[in-house]
Amino acid sequence: MSDGSHWMHRVSPGATLRWTVLFIGGLIMITPLLYMFSSSLKPGADIYDLRLIPARATLDNYRAVLSDGRFMRWFLNSTFIATCVTLSTLFFDSLVGYTLAKFRFRGRQLVFIAILSTLMIPTEMLVIPWYLLSAQLGWIDSYWGIMFPGMMTGFGTFLMKQFFETVPDDFLEAARIDGLSEFAIWWRVAMPLVTPALSALAIFAFLGNWTAFFWPLIVTTSQELYTLPIGLSSFAVEAAIKWEMIMTGAALATIPTLIVFLVLQRYIVRGVMLAGLKG
Amino acid sequence: MTAETHEQPGRRGLTLARRQALWAWAFLALPVVFYVLIRFYPTAQAFWLSLTDWDLMSKPEFIGLENYRQMLADPVFWKVFKNTFLYLIIGTPLSLLMSFAIAYYLDKTRFLHGFLRALYFVPYITTAAAMAWVWRWFYQPAPTGLINDLLGSFGFAQIPFLKSTTWALPSILVTAIWAGLGFQIIIFLAGLRAIPTTYYEAARIDGLGEGAILRRITLPLLKPTMVFLVVFSSIGFLRIFDQVYNMTSNDPGGPLNSTKPLVLMIYQTAFSSYDMGYAAAQTVVLFTILLIVSLLQLWVMRDRA
Repeated sequence: MSDGSHWMHRVSPGATLRWTVLFIGGLIMITPLLYMFSSSLKPGADIYDLRLIPARATLDNYRAVLSDGRFMRWFLNSTFIATCVTLSTLFFDSLVGYTLAKFRFRGRQLVFIAILSTLMIPTEMLVIPWYLLSAQLGWIDSYWGIMFPGMMTGFGTFLMKQFFETVPDDFLEAARIDGLSEFAIWWRVAMPLVTPALSALAIFAFLGNWTAFFWPLIVTTSQELYTLPIGLSSFAVEAAIKWEMIMTGAALATIPTLIVFLVLQRYIVRGVMLAGLKG
Repeated sequence: MTAETHEQPGRRGLTLARRQALWAWAFLALPVVFYVLIRFYPTAQAFWLSLTDWDLMSKPEFIGLENYRQMLADPVFWKVFKNTFLYLIIGTPLSLLMSFAIAYYLDKTRFLHGFLRALYFVPYITTAAAMAWVWRWFYQPAPTGLINDLLGSFGFAQIPFLKSTTWALPSILVTAIWAGLGFQIIIFLAGLRAIPTTYYEAARIDGLGEGAILRRITLPLLKPTMVFLVVFSSIGFLRIFDQVYNMTSNDPGGPLNSTKPLVLMIYQTAFSSYDMGYAAAQTVVLFTILLIVSLLQLWVMRDRA
């Protein structure tokens, strides 16, 4: 660690080699993304030209994909669903986490252990009962059907509880003396104190729901209700694959997460570390 | 603060403890209903369904352990079982070795550290369904596929990646490892950074070389990180689905079931064959395997609690 801090003054050959190897490895990691964007900019006739920089760059593929109503619909479906589920997760996971961290009442430990134990239950085990429930209540092929299983999460509750425990009781007590209701104490006093955890949870929830595949695949049947990943995978059924179109669709599905990543990189990396170390 | 110390009459004649309990349950009411209806009841239902024969049309019929007996006698199940463990046995050590090596050297690198880290991390945030298409395209025969095109131009034989029963599983595994590597690198970086620099300084004063420091200080202190990542990535490979489904979607799990993992078998048994009882029994098997892996973690880490 200390040897790298003066890299401008003395760079050892070993450090240069290490950096070069790491850089080449990093380029290999993003090669699939580079080729995806490159092909999405190539006219159909040039798809077999495997040079990374398109000889003739065009946005025609993007125009074609976006003017096909289905893709736009899937994009909006994914955005709507991921946003709703994220908001619900943020609200309920932090409410439950706060209650378990800051209230003393009989049954608290039981509720906490019960919620924590749901982390052990794999989604795959629940999808058949969820499907039956959805069939009985008419939730198949509806937004609510896609969203309901993720409205609250054991992981988020656990994360938020850990963070609310660091909030000093004096703050809450002072607000109580000021006559704030318990709901207002949570919402207006405690919540602003845990924004780093909330932002980490928001990013996880959004990315997780944006890329979710298994349950949406099961619960959607009509094209209008597909999320973007399901829509992309449905192209396989169509006989002749136009690779440049598929790459454009894949690129459009990737661009929002890339933007989220570039803007919030610091929070995402810190959030992953946080989740990994607490988990 | 315990409830007893605040046992004073509050507003509306309630003690503070009583008032707190009321608020707590008011906040928890909806979540408790959710967890019972959407998590616990379905879990119990899955166990019960695994003991029934049910095609969704008629009523479920109780058949005891017949689904489990059928599973043990089903050659497809054993093929799938073997595939799932192949993903795990190759995927976990390989991805951990690679991510540790990258994180170890990345940690020593200051110049454009954030940029390098971003290059490795970006694949982790992509959508499997989207990136599966890119990888499928890479794996196509020449002239479409990039890899076969390169092989051809160097005079090597073509590889029928996703069309061959021997090549398809490793080809998908590469995609899965690629997608998960960034997460593991970040966790390793966090673990490496948590080791106090004074340990390293003391070791250098004692005249230990880089190799000895790695063996005697870094690796032992990274044990919790390693255990977490082994478990996390094992669970990930045992539950592999998105990459397999999306890279073989003309014939999911093919060719000839050579890439089919347990979760894909569950999906097809339930939602292609509508054999709900048999599918539920398969989910119980998956649950049991995942539980054993998680309990192993608790056991390995028991002296740290």
